[in-house]
Amino acid sequence: MGLAKRIIPCLDVDAGRVVKGVNFIGIRDAGDPVEIAQRYNQQGADEITFLDITASHEDRDTTVEMVERIAGEVFIPLTVGGGIRSCDDIRTMLNAGADKVSINTAAVTNPDFVYEAAERFGSQCIVVAIDAKKVSAEGEPDRWEIFTHGGRRPTGLDAVEWARKMVAYGAGELLLTSMDRDGTKVGFDLGVTRAIADAVSVPVIASGGVGNLDHLVDGVIEGGADAVLAASIFHFGEYTIPEAKRYMANHGIEMRL
Amino acid sequence: MTIAVIDYGMGNLHSVAKALEHVTHENVVVTRDARRIRGATRLVLPGQGAIRDCMGELEKTELRGLVEELLASQDKPLLGICVGQQMLLDHSEENGGIGCLGFLRGEVRKFPGDMRDDRDNRLKVPHMGWNLVHQHHDHPLWKGIDQDEHFYFVHSYYVEAADDATVFGTTDYGRVSAHVAIGRDATFAVQFHPEKSSRAGLQLLENFVQWAP
Repeated sequence: MGLAKRIIPCLDVDAGRVVKGVNFIGIRDAGDPVEIAQRYNQQGADEITFLDITASHEDRDTTVEMVERIAGEVFIPLTVGGGIRSCDDIRTMLNAGADKVSINTAAVTNPDFVYEAAERFGSQCIVVAIDAKKVSAEGEPDRWEIFTHGGRRPTGLDAVEWARKMVAYGAGELLLTSMDRDGTKVGFDLGVTRAIADAVSVPVIASGGVGNLDHLVDGVIEGGADAVLAASIFHFGEYTIPEAKRYMANHGIEMRL
Repeated sequence: MTIAVIDYGMGNLHSVAKALEHVTHENVVVTRDARRIRGATRLVLPGQGAIRDCMGELEKTELRGLVEELLASQDKPLLGICVGQQMLLDHSEENGGIGCLGFLRGEVRKFPGDMRDDRDNRLKVPHMGWNLVHQHHDHPLWKGIDQDEHFYFVHSYYVEAADDATVFGTTDYGRVSAHVAIGRDATFAVQFHPEKSSRAGLQLLENFVQWAP
C-alpha cells in the first residue's frame, strides 16, 4: 500500500467549450468545462488537466475565467496547458487557480524558459509536455522524436534525451503524448513511455491513444507511467472514472478508490 | 473572525484561500500586513518551492519575528502546509542545510534517490500524488477523516520529528515513514495539501476552522 497511480481526465478547451479531436483534426463538442470538471471531481478523478487549444487573445481571457471557475469548485490538482510562453502567462494561470502549468512548444523553442520558470515558481508546478512520434523504421532500434505544432513539425530532438534535459532544467513532471496514437484509441505507445519513465527521476504521465481500460493498465504496468491521462473515453460516457479505477485496482495497481 | 493566510511571497495561496472559503463563512484574507496577521483569529502558514527561498522571503518581508512570536505564544490556532510544515522544525537538509524556525524538534530530510517499488520500478522524487495518511494520535483535526485516508502530496523532502508525541500522522514511501502531520498546543502542520485533497482535505480544513485548542 502506498502512493496511488493517478487517473487524469483531460479537457481540451476551445473558446470556452470542451472539444476532442482525432489526431488533432476533426473536433467534436463535449460540453461545458466547469460542469465536466465538477463531474470528474465527484467521480474521484485524481487531477484535472485543462488544455487551452484556442489561438486568439480574446479566447485566452475566457480560458482564465474558466480556470478561475473550476478552481473555485474543484479541490483537486488542476494543470493548465496550451500557449504558456512566459513567466507572466504562468503567473496569470497560477493566480487564476491552476496548481501546475504545462509548457510545450515554448520549451522546445527556448529551453531556458523551463529553467527560469522552475526557479521562479518551483519545479512542483512546472510540467513539461512532450509530444513524441516514433521515427525509427521497422527493424531499426526504436527511436522517438519531439514534434511541435500539433504533431506537424519535427524538431530533430530525440525524445528520451529531451526528457532527461527537461528534468535537468527543472521540470517537476512530464506529460508524454504519443502523437501517432493520440485520438486513435489503440493504446499508449508503451515503448516510449517505458523508455522515458526509466530515464527520469520525476513522475511521467502517459497520454495519447487510450481506447479501453486495458490500455490504462498497460500504461502503468508495462509503460511504467505514474499517471494516465485520457479524454474521450470519459467525455463520451464509455467509461466512468470509478469503473476505470476499479479495473486498474483489480489488476493489482494501487489506486485511490 | 478572520483567518489570515500568511503571504510572505512564496507560492500559490489562492488554492488555500479558495478551499477555506468553501468550508467557512469566516473572512479569509491573504496578507503580509503584521497588524492584520496579529488581529486574525486563525493563521495558515503555507509554503512552496525551496525552503531556502521560503525562509529567505520570511526574513525579507520581516515576518519571521512575528511568526516566531506567534508560535511562542500559541494563543491562536495555526495550520502549516507543505514547506509551512517543514519550516517549523529545527533544520532542513535542503539547499546545503538551512536553519528553520525550531518550534518543533527534528529535521527535514531528502528522500533517497534509489528507492524501488515491488515491481522494481524506480520510485519518483518528488513524491507526487495521493498517498495514505496513517493517524497516530487522536487530534481534533482528524475528526470525520478515515484512518489511512488518501491525501495529495508534492514534495522531495520530508519531516522527521524527534519527539513522538508531536507526530500525529505518517505516510510510507519506499523505506521512508515520513511524519506528515505534526503539532503541539495550538499548532498543527501537514506535509500534504488539504486544499487539493478533495473531500478529506476539505474536512481537515473545516476541522481547523472549528478547532478551539
